[in-house]
Amino acid sequence: MNSKFSIIGKPTAMVDAAEKTTGSGKYTDDLSVPGMLVGKILHSPYPHARIKAIDTNKAEKLDGVVAVAVGQDAPKTYGILPVGHDEYPLALDKVRYVGDNVACVVATSEAIAERALELIDVDYEVLPGYFDPEESMKAKSDLIHDHKLNNIEKDYHHVFGDPERGLAEADQVAEARFISNEVTHAAMEPHSTLASFEIDPHTGKPGRLTVWSSTQVPYYLQHKLSLVLEMPMQQIRVIKPLVGGGFGGKSEVIPLEIIAAIAARKAKAPVKITYTREEVFWAHRGRPRTIIDLKTGVKKDGRITAVKARVVQDGGAYCSYGVVTILYSGALLGALYDIPNIQFDGYRVLTNKPACGAMRGHGTVNVRFAFESQLDELASAIGMDPAEIRRRNLLHSPCITVNGLRVQSYGLPECIEKTVERSGWKERKGKLAKGRGLGIACSHYVSGAANSIIRSDMPHSTVNIKIDRDGGVVVYTGASEIGQGSDTMTAQIAAETLGCSLSRIRVVAADTDLTPIDIGSYSSRVTFMAGNATLRAAGEVKKLIAAAAAKTMSCDPEDVVFRDDLITKKVCVGTDAVVRPAEQGSAASVSGRVEGQILRGSLQQKRKEEGPKESTTFEEAVVTAIDFHGALTGTGSYAPPAEARGGKHKGAGVGPSPAYSYSAQVAEVSVDEETGEVTVHKVWAAHDCGRALNPVSVEGQIIGSVWMGMGQALTEEMVWKDGMLMNPGLLEYRSPSSVESPEVEPIIVESVDPEGPFGAKECSEGSLAATIPAIANAIYDAVGVRLHESPFTPERVLAALRAKKLAKTLNLTEGIDPTAPSRFREHGGSLWFKGKGPERHPLDPSRQADAPAGGAD
Amino acid sequence: MKKELIELRVNGRAHELAIEPNALLLDVLRQQLQLTGSKRGCDDSSCGACTVLIDGVAMMSCTLLAASCEGQEVTTIEGVSEHGSLAAIQKAYGDWGGAQCGYCTPGFIMTVKSLLAENSNPSEADIRMALSSNLCRCTGYNQMYQAIGSAIKAEREGLAVAGSGGGKG
Repeated sequence: MNSKFSIIGKPTAMVDAAEKTTGSGKYTDDLSVPGMLVGKILHSPYPHARIKAIDTNKAEKLDGVVAVAVGQDAPKTYGILPVGHDEYPLALDKVRYVGDNVACVVATSEAIAERALELIDVDYEVLPGYFDPEESMKAKSDLIHDHKLNNIEKDYHHVFGDPERGLAEADQVAEARFISNEVTHAAMEPHSTLASFEIDPHTGKPGRLTVWSSTQVPYYLQHKLSLVLEMPMQQIRVIKPLVGGGFGGKSEVIPLEIIAAIAARKAKAPVKITYTREEVFWAHRGRPRTIIDLKTGVKKDGRITAVKARVVQDGGAYCSYGVVTILYSGALLGALYDIPNIQFDGYRVLTNKPACGAMRGHGTVNVRFAFESQLDELASAIGMDPAEIRRRNLLHSPCITVNGLRVQSYGLPECIEKTVERSGWKERKGKLAKGRGLGIACSHYVSGAANSIIRSDMPHSTVNIKIDRDGGVVVYTGASEIGQGSDTMTAQIAAETLGCSLSRIRVVAADTDLTPIDIGSYSSRVTFMAGNATLRAAGEVKKLIAAAAAKTMSCDPEDVVFRDDLITKKVCVGTDAVVRPAEQGSAASVSGRVEGQILRGSLQQKRKEEGPKESTTFEEAVVTAIDFHGALTGTGSYAPPAEARGGKHKGAGVGPSPAYSYSAQVAEVSVDEETGEVTVHKVWAAHDCGRALNPVSVEGQIIGSVWMGMGQALTEEMVWKDGMLMNPGLLEYRSPSSVESPEVEPIIVESVDPEGPFGAKECSEGSLAATIPAIANAIYDAVGVRLHESPFTPERVLAALRAKKLAKTLNLTEGIDPTAPSRFREHGGSLWFKGKGPERHPLDPSRQADAPAGGAD
Repeated sequence: MKKELIELRVNGRAHELAIEPNALLLDVLRQQLQLTGSKRGCDDSSCGACTVLIDGVAMMSCTLLAASCEGQEVTTIEGVSEHGSLAAIQKAYGDWGGAQCGYCTPGFIMTVKSLLAENSNPSEADIRMALSSNLCRCTGYNQMYQAIGSAIKAEREGLAVAGSGGGKG
């Protein structure tokens, strides 16, 4: 397909595949250093309490305990956002969620450390807790953070165009409340950090700190460690070993990463802390429970006239990425469809639960579920095919949306076309057996944020390349491989640019001492930004090699072609066909030998004797270039262009991206009307990734996103009771197993972005958001109920089916939505009709909060 | 707790080890033998990342006492590659995208080995059922089925095919 490329566009095994399939690759918890001790953290048992005293004496006296660290050992706040420095590594005066960090025991074994935790006495004064965001917003006293009035972390109010007029002009308006419950990353690798101090040879005192950590953002970790430990950044080295999945859960500094360093400082020995699975759930930083009140208007011809969204996110006890999450939920109402009028009111609310943060599809997913569901509803109200109403609202790219987002490549039309065609939409929609249905939905996502967390004009990615006389190419990149294929992408782009084989490339990544700064693996930025930096670095070295090769071939450097480990003089036959001697090609591919690498003199002699050449091997060209220029290195960096950085309004920094990916999906589901169980049979997922650099990886990312979206749609939900997580395990937090997972047909759409590396854009997150509404819309197609609250568990589906039946019997008039979440109350994750739930124990605290019975019945 | 001596056979080699009687097999493999390929993803046999073979049967080493494995043959992911090269299933997992972050991969490969030892020609339903003991959070499993299919084919057609049949090309 991409015959003009020799490396990219071909299905390629990841460069670290063998390490992973043989078990030889090292993740943080696989590492150990001499004298290493084990750290264990004491967590708060209360959701909201003041710490009156901590007594660690007994714990310290236990044989095998080396040190116990508490809040006073590092009383400095930090947080991933400059506006959200509200966390202490270990609590100073207050704990704010069950699982908050109180103390850390360092011991010679895990068993001793665990025993010591029980010997720490903490005197708490329990405070009233806030668990529901809408209740929390009414708080007047016992605020979670004293300076956050009404427990509101941040609220934003955006108006673009004239939403009121837009709604007035609409022929059909829909309004509803949608709720998406909380989900978490549950990456397979629990967080782990190993921290070790060196002794400074000059002062003889503790000096440089090295931290190995399961992180998506080694440079942010270096920065936050420097803040909290009050050490200069250059004295801290962060190394990211293999990371066992992130999905956003490792995209900020997680408490153990800083606690390990504090503990190592106090214990005067290397300390490793690895979370148990339960601790991973407490550390959380997942997708917040989101309440969306959405109002959308359309004309009879399907054109959207306006959308109004009020979004409340249950952010948990700390800011984390919260300000960004709430802004994304509003900003990405734009840039998918052409919507002329948008109103967004967003509230990020604090509650006494673990902090929410960034999770795959950051901020957009829950609002996308609401919007795509409502659009489906409007299509049916005006009698239009759901695929058609999406076609009627396409953007005309290139353009700048009403909220200031620049769109330059737009593969959505083709995505819709392809999914409709492959799924047999036209022939099958509405014609399937009873209880079976098809649903369509679209989504999009950024290819990296145009504005970094810490605003500056500095590059977001820098890449260095070194080529030495052995003919090997070493690429130094700060980009973080977390399983998504970052290192492979880097190697592919370098190899393609330099026209050499992949085996020549060695990627050295994510080590703050060795690699130049890259702000990390989040917001799907790596391919676009680190990819562009790699492209530029490789381009720079290529120029040096070309200049030298051109000399020996007596031609212009522009007429030198790099491909398949050969550097050839371009000979124009027809348009741009390249002629190169066949025997040269085969010789180069088998031989790695270079004569004269060391004996430069003899090579020069040989060159003289041979006269100008038509082609040379990569090794020869490298040696010539080193002869010619001296060292052979190149550097490239990337910062998003000013035009892509968005508008000027408050909060305009979040949402803009140099490019957006697009996705359209059709889901086929069946609903068992007896049990309420939903089965997803197949999902057709088309994704516009600009250009697929490695189709195996792109398809893997599409399938993985769809699958994770399906988990959120059907089974995944963090269930809370008074701030206590009821399902902190991988069996109880139900991510789909192989038996429940449908076939996903990934369809790659390539819109070739003008600024992406070889045209590439995002492919790892954007697909997730479409899956949830595609399934919701398919459920509607199957059984005629519209679900307003995810996940669509059997309880919720049954409740909706019963409500629909009941509404019919009671002859409820139109306009009353019997399935609206406000008509249910929640109990332990299940939904019951108000007043119809099982009798709860009189002492059950949630009983007092009960609203009087009433509602649908 | 007082340690006791046991002899543990792992990947064809015998090791004399002093372990606490309550030591878990996973901890002994990872900490004493430095065989860190088997992973800990949970603490209660819910994820399968620690799967090893005990006399050829897939078991989760995070909830297995090391002492109970005396006299049995333990195979870990480190014992899967053949003659210093990737086994067909390992190659296929790499080529077909069966591994992304790779953390669950050793466990899955051990489960697949156990399945194929029992049934050399499993249907897709058999494969799905067997894999359901392990969790993967990256792949959505689809590419694993392709990898397993291709590994079965490669095994059947011999090493010649396995050598040249990489990728989808």
